[in-house]
Amino acid sequence: MSPADKYAAFIWPAYAITVVVFVWMILDAVLRARRWRRRFEETDRPDTPDQDWR
Amino acid sequence: MPRAMITALANPLRFMAFSRWAAPICGLIAAGLIGAGVILGFLAPEDYQQGATVRIMFIHVPAAWTAMLSYACLGGASFFALVFRHSLADAAARAVAPLGAGFTLLALVTGSLWGRPMWGTWWVWDARLTSVLVLFLLFVGYIALRWSIDDEARSGRAAAILALVGLINLPIVKFSVDWWNSLHQGESIFRAGGPTIAPVFLIPLALTGVGYTFAFAALWMTRTRAEVWRRRAQMVAVRAAFS
Repeated sequence: MSPADKYAAFIWPAYAITVVVFVWMILDAVLRARRWRRRFEETDRPDTPDQDWR
Repeated sequence: MPRAMITALANPLRFMAFSRWAAPICGLIAAGLIGAGVILGFLAPEDYQQGATVRIMFIHVPAAWTAMLSYACLGGASFFALVFRHSLADAAARAVAPLGAGFTLLALVTGSLWGRPMWGTWWVWDARLTSVLVLFLLFVGYIALRWSIDDEARSGRAAAILALVGLINLPIVKFSVDWWNSLHQGESIFRAGGPTIAPVFLIPLALTGVGYTFAFAALWMTRTRAEVWRRRAQMVAVRAAFS
């Protein structure tokens, strides 16, 4: 058994968990932005001045 | 970031216009840098002490760095939200907390997966590990506090105070390996006298480190945009309800 095989049980889960967390962070951010933008556009107030929500 | 740029982006309209193109560009740069760093990391030889587990470092160290950066951003945004009552700063603070929790979780889990074969244990109550766990709990506490109070202004103020108090933990995380005897290795990158890591490992680490930073920027901008849209949509809904 090579050292790489010996440690594969630790290396691959580390990369797999990283991918899972990154995918979650990306999907959550993008879908959240799309959902709220759509919700805002449905209310159809594009002329809302920015001071209104500050 | 220069003061003029912060001042310019403090305006929500300017921020929305800027982040619309800056977020995807940062995301693309992040994907390129992280991809290149990981490939170079797997092409690098095994470390003479750590063996193949050195490959975990290319994702663990950037996660830990980005976790600390996230908290510094949370503290900064909370300060502006609390002192200047700036809504965009409050939206940015609310947006960054889940990202910080995600990166801190990654630092803890990947560190644990490295520690088991190298230290012979998944976890020790060591100063560095414990202070990073506290960092994770601060992010979770911030998120929980924002969810637990219906009044957004009150929850924002309470959470901002928590975030500012928690800033004390950042230097503890950073210097814990110098202040206490720690199983965790000492500083090997940002230290006087330069990095102690061989270039063959330092280059992939630098690529993933910068890549994580760009990924954080892209995600933070996207989440802040979502928060701005949410507040605008809710404001219009409230207006409609009372009209």
